[in-house]
Amino acid sequence: MGLESLTAFFQYEFMRNAFLAVLIITPLFGLLGTMIVQKKMAFFSDALGHSALTGIALGVVFGVRDTNITMIVFAIVFALLLNYIGNRVAAFDTIISVFSSCSVALGLAILSAGGNFSKYSSLLVGDILSITRGEILYLLGIFAFTLIFWCFCFNYLHAASIHRTLAKGRHIPVKMIENLFAVVMALIVMLSIKWVGILIINALLILPAAASRNISENMREYHFFSLIFSLFSGILGLFISYYANVATGPTIVIIASVLYFSTYAYAYKRNV
Amino acid sequence: MKKIRKPCGLHCIKINHLGVRLGEQVILEDVNLHIHCGSLNVIIGKNGAGKSTLIRAMLNDIPHEGDIEFKDRENGRIQKLKVGYVPQSLNIEKNSPISVYDLIASYHYRFPVFLRKKKCIAGQITEALKIFEVEDLLDRQVCKLSGGQLQRVLLAMAIMDEPNLLLLDEPVSGVDQNGMELFYRTMEYLKENFDLSVILISHDLDYVLKYADQVILLDQTVVKSGSPSDVYESSEFKEIFGGEELPGYVSGKREKRRRAGDTTWD
Repeated sequence: MGLESLTAFFQYEFMRNAFLAVLIITPLFGLLGTMIVQKKMAFFSDALGHSALTGIALGVVFGVRDTNITMIVFAIVFALLLNYIGNRVAAFDTIISVFSSCSVALGLAILSAGGNFSKYSSLLVGDILSITRGEILYLLGIFAFTLIFWCFCFNYLHAASIHRTLAKGRHIPVKMIENLFAVVMALIVMLSIKWVGILIINALLILPAAASRNISENMREYHFFSLIFSLFSGILGLFISYYANVATGPTIVIIASVLYFSTYAYAYKRNV
Repeated sequence: MKKIRKPCGLHCIKINHLGVRLGEQVILEDVNLHIHCGSLNVIIGKNGAGKSTLIRAMLNDIPHEGDIEFKDRENGRIQKLKVGYVPQSLNIEKNSPISVYDLIASYHYRFPVFLRKKKCIAGQITEALKIFEVEDLLDRQVCKLSGGQLQRVLLAMAIMDEPNLLLLDEPVSGVDQNGMELFYRTMEYLKENFDLSVILISHDLDYVLKYADQVILLDQTVVKSGSPSDVYESSEFKEIFGGEELPGYVSGKREKRRRAGDTTWD
């Protein structure tokens, strides 16, 4: 081990690409996660990830060549629909569960028709090593877009999450901002799901922010630690998975979980 | 935030024919109110009388009929009404990484709170907090504030952009006598030193008698309004609050009521 193994790591084009992808995806997830945790939308984002299957299935049914497009469109519709219904019913978690299981079942049924599901099973775990330069550019685009969205809309989102009526009283377009957030979430989840995988994408969204929440006292610390934790688990996870020859996504999640439990223990000790 | 101004006594706020319907159900109907500037107006009524709905309608949070006018009394010029609102509680859980600065800056400023703490914004917020003597709480986590502290922070937030009308709920039951007294003193201070009117939902008729300028008895519509003693002696009041046991504002009866374990009217 040492410098040579590090150069060995970077001599492969796919490792360099994966490294770049991690540098873009993880901060993005760290950022987005802060608000998902704050708004208690962990279940929502989970359901959103699962809807990817249905989106692809619909693409297959309608014979669309690029199923990415149907996947993204379906996720956006799904997110907006959930938001719309969520504003009207009290048992929101039940509704999410109903929608989520419904869409997963539909997706699985269609994709497994004719015994072809193995073609799509890579979607469940994801494979960051298969990312190409062009796809990294897409990610960079959504990263820039999210940063701008965050800078302009974070205060509004935050205000609406603390007290809706109070936010409305201050002429904040609460509904619009919440829908916009759902759309941004759908976009990011769908654009990264191929690399991260349906099964663990939610862990990457939630864990860094949840860990950061354990030790932060204000919004600056919350964002800072969430970004650092996310980036740290991403980079370390990529290296470890390379040397230990295990899948990258789960390795990243394991490191993020360790971070979560450490911060939890730290906060617990401090408060006792 | 501008300097504290004395109430000018020249504005008035008129609520005309305000109504709220939920499907077939009528929650509020033809509510007409006249609010003078620099006055403390208290809404009383039983549970389900539509008190909170009235406040939400005035905040434009729910669809409603009728309108709210804000006029100069001298020349009748209509101005834009700025409404401040103090909610009873916030959607903030234990361990939330939200400081008082984050809370207020999110509502009042566009500069993203997660980037950095801006000195000029912190300065302005501190000025507002000072009015309620809570300026040392600027960096405290909101979830760690006591009920009274939170209310003062929320009041500071509500008056930051000089509203003409302040809408609020009395502190929820559980606040002790000292806390209540302090709250009503703060209300008095506000109406005397700022150019604004206050509309307050109350559950404690004794304090209302002592501090209110106008009492509004609500039950789907304004059943009776006027000075506290006028309203308390009216037949409408006795009908709604059940005449004999009341009025609780007669000193001594309060003690009896407390001993019976019934401390609020709700």
